Amino acid sequence: MFKWRTDEFSWVDFTIDVLRVVIVLGVVIGAWNTLSSGRISFAQWVNLFAAGLSQGSIYALIALGYTLVYGILLMINFAHGEVFMAGAFSTVFLAEALNRTGFLNAQPLLAILLMIAFAGLVSMSVAILLERIAYRPLRGSPRLVPLITAIGASFFLQYTFRGLYGSGFKAYPGVNALQGVIKIGGISIPVVQVFVFCAALFLMLCLYWLVERTRIGKAMRAVSENKEVARLMGIDIDWVIMFTFGIGGFLAGSAGVINGLFRPQGVNFYMGFIPGIKAFTAAVLGGIGNIPGAMLGGLFLGLIEAIGPNLVLAGLGIPGANQLKDVIAFTMLVLVLIFRPQGILGERLSETKA
Amino acid sequence: MALLQVNEIHTYYGNIHALKGVSFEVDSGEIIALIGSNGAGKTTTLRTISGLMAPREGSILYDGEDISASRAYTLVAKGISMVPEGRGVFAKLTVEENLDMGAYTRRDGGIKADLASAYELFPRLEERKKQVAGTLSGGEQQMLAIARALMARPRLLLLDEPSMGLAPVLVDGVFDTVQRIANEGVTILLVEQNAHMALQIADRGYVLQSGEVAISDTAANLRVNETVQRTYLGID
Repeated sequence: MFKWRTDEFSWVDFTIDVLRVVIVLGVVIGAWNTLSSGRISFAQWVNLFAAGLSQGSIYALIALGYTLVYGILLMINFAHGEVFMAGAFSTVFLAEALNRTGFLNAQPLLAILLMIAFAGLVSMSVAILLERIAYRPLRGSPRLVPLITAIGASFFLQYTFRGLYGSGFKAYPGVNALQGVIKIGGISIPVVQVFVFCAALFLMLCLYWLVERTRIGKAMRAVSENKEVARLMGIDIDWVIMFTFGIGGFLAGSAGVINGLFRPQGVNFYMGFIPGIKAFTAAVLGGIGNIPGAMLGGLFLGLIEAIGPNLVLAGLGIPGANQLKDVIAFTMLVLVLIFRPQGILGERLSETKA
Repeated sequence: MALLQVNEIHTYYGNIHALKGVSFEVDSGEIIALIGSNGAGKTTTLRTISGLMAPREGSILYDGEDISASRAYTLVAKGISMVPEGRGVFAKLTVEENLDMGAYTRRDGGIKADLASAYELFPRLEERKKQVAGTLSGGEQQMLAIARALMARPRLLLLDEPSMGLAPVLVDGVFDTVQRIANEGVTILLVEQNAHMALQIADRGYVLQSGEVAISDTAANLRVNETVQRTYLGID
């Protein structure tokens, strides 16, 4: 009697459709409740937006490292969060020294540039060593093998840095020049947020220029497309892969410093874990392997984290909505994987890449 | 002395013995055709010379130097360029970027001039230089693959099935181009299933059969060789 249904009806599709409806309804109802109650003023929305963009630009910088490596090796470098930690944790000592000598506040721009360069170099070295020691010997092995190695390398790095610098928490010193707010009309935006966003954007533009315009950038794209033909062009692909890890590491390290200016607290050996998976989420959100996608995905995730809880969760009457940022972020990851696995800008996975 | 001398090379794919002691030589300025049916080892021979695969035994002398253990990327600077089977253009790079990649190993000032002469050889490519290579037709991609290999200023050009997958009208054009490149003084080692066309432009040829050289002779003689006619030229 129900035979006709078994051909067409699938519980998986049904569940996904129900999920889709529930999510859309939840978002609409939550947003409607919040907006109609007028609990949050326009100025507060702008503040949330600005904070979200700053946080998002940090995610974007880290996400680029995942996406660059994935683009070239089709592998997720799950130790990338630790690459970020290496730069951020090491540079906190430099920052303290610069603060003690007074240089940090006498020459804030120069001091921050110095910190970014230092963190970038530390993270770059860690990323290059990681590739050289942990990943290169496994090239050509099944894809699960480097993935598991990455997780192992991640623990190795965490505990190496714990051994080096101890397990206590440290904090970046405040920079006077970044205190205060910029006032536009009735809206005030913290200077540090503007600085974070601009610095991250500048680094992203540099990366874009590198990949699109330079000889090594073209070689990176060539290697990511076809390694064998790249070798026939005379490209040393081992070098290009190392360079790619290095660039991703540099961006992660500089993100570590920028993050330290934005959120000075919480510097320790474990600090790379959450930003690492958030950035991974951002990379997947934008379409992994796609460089503009990682930038967009990072900004998008930052915005959703900042605005989502206040707009949707609070509107649905969920208490302590602001504590649920991480829930929003990882729900996004699950939703992207269900509804659009290729991400915002990603292409559909072809046979060879799947 | 021969520009390229291949001595008794044995190459394996895992346990599969693909080349069983292949020997031949290519003199400077020659066009040499390697013909044979599918699976005879033609492509494997080129891949072994270009360094993508390493021979387990035997030696490859290029300009007197043993290159059998050299890695592929080091050979381009020495003057060996290869146009891979299936063209292998970088589909997401623009035409001009593909050509830049051809000149990747070069640091000299002549790259601009060579780019201009590549466009002179293939005006079609100049019209499309800002287009990504994936949008080109098969014939245009073949032009691009050849032009890209020339950007390295090779002394020895390895061509793997340049006529494969092209419409018959385009095939003549490809062989004309190969002839013109040879006239410029580039030595050419050509692998082809289209034995008829290959033997028209080649000076000498080798027939590969199950990983061994079965016949070697001048192209003129191969064209009238009975076995070749029967097996590869389809003449009874």
